Amino acid sequence: MLTPSPTVYSVTELNNYVKGVLDRDENLKHIFVTGEISNYKAHYSGHLYMTIKDASAAVKAVMFAGNASRLRFRPENGMKVLILGTISLFPRDGSYQLYIGDMQPDGIGALSIAFEQLKEALAKEGLFSEAYKKPIPHFPQKVGVVTSETGAAVQDIFNVLQRRYPVAEIVLRPAKVQGSGAAEDVAKAICEFNDLNGADVLIVGRGGGSIEDLWAFNEEVVARAVFNSRIPVISAVGHETDYTICDFVADLRAPTPSAAAELAVPDKIELVSELLSYKRHILELTKKKINEERNKLLYIEQKEVMRNPAARIDEQRRELAYISEKLVNLSSGNLEEQKGRFSALVAKLDALSPLNVISRGFALVECNGKVVTSKNKLSVDDEITLTLSDGVVNARVTNTNEE
Amino acid sequence: MEQSYEKSLMRLEEIVKILEEGGQPLEKTLELFSEGTALIAKCGKYLDDAEKKITILGSGENNAQ
Repeated sequence: MLTPSPTVYSVTELNNYVKGVLDRDENLKHIFVTGEISNYKAHYSGHLYMTIKDASAAVKAVMFAGNASRLRFRPENGMKVLILGTISLFPRDGSYQLYIGDMQPDGIGALSIAFEQLKEALAKEGLFSEAYKKPIPHFPQKVGVVTSETGAAVQDIFNVLQRRYPVAEIVLRPAKVQGSGAAEDVAKAICEFNDLNGADVLIVGRGGGSIEDLWAFNEEVVARAVFNSRIPVISAVGHETDYTICDFVADLRAPTPSAAAELAVPDKIELVSELLSYKRHILELTKKKINEERNKLLYIEQKEVMRNPAARIDEQRRELAYISEKLVNLSSGNLEEQKGRFSALVAKLDALSPLNVISRGFALVECNGKVVTSKNKLSVDDEITLTLSDGVVNARVTNTNEE
Repeated sequence: MEQSYEKSLMRLEEIVKILEEGGQPLEKTLELFSEGTALIAKCGKYLDDAEKKITILGSGENNAQ
């Protein structure tokens, strides 16, 4: 009995047959697969090749460039992913493959992975470095605002700026803050302000929303525009708990748009009260100085010389009198002393007087007006005078030889 | 004026410092006092005279929230 001759397939036919079976299965057309990436390879063409595995099995997978370009994170080995794809067979190898349509990190959202990855890359590049943070001016003349003109954020910002510091001019550059092209528009707005030198400080942000709504502010193009801005940027994206890449790059992060406006300008009321306190202070200091000077004056006024100038003259007069009296005393003392010395001299002279000798019986012998003290001076018949105590007698020498 | 507002405040601080040290003659004190009050008046006027101005720049894009 003839059995139907078995169909003999070539390998190509076999693989195509099996591929057909797989391709016809509705379940395999849209299938979710979860697993871990390994043997990851990003081909220069843009296609991504990898093996998806779990603890006990593995399957080859490919993501073509078209789909891969829409990924918001960079796949890495060891990453757990959730894949939506199609199962088919790769006829050349005879192995079936998972053709990935979309993929996201399993467990944490794709966006947060993308966020972390961009954050890490930009941090490494130094975009968040404190060294690049520009100071926010204290008294800005123009405050630039980059946000949606229809949102609540712009009203909040306007209200706060108007209330706190109406001195500043507000320049709004409406920008698309979510959806496709939003990041590019925000970046462009920041560049425009810089090109026009249109503000002293920039507030860049938007009101709260989902992570997807805020996503523009996590894009690299915004980060770079903020970083390159010469004008200091205050970032104000979403609510207090929302952190975006823009917040990290900005010179100052504000928890909300209203807070950004408060950080951008000083409070006029505070400034006015500060001025008043300056006024009080310098008034007090000046009064104090005047009082000091007044006290100095008072002190001088209270001195004796200023109160009774005549007192000084009297004092001088008294002093003069004292000196003159002293002078008189000194002079008269001297006179007495001279008198004394004179009497002493007189007594001395008296003692030496020849009259005293004569009175004791001696006589003074004179010849021709000269006192004779030797017999040799005299000759016989010389006329001599003898002075005695009570008068003079004339005599003649009779002999000169006798002793 | 924004520059000179800041400068005015800096000068005010300087004046207060000099007055606090108090070593200067009375004439200089009065001079500083009148300079200070003039600066205060000028700054106050600047704050009071301010007229809020909002400029909205055109943007090429649609601005959906």
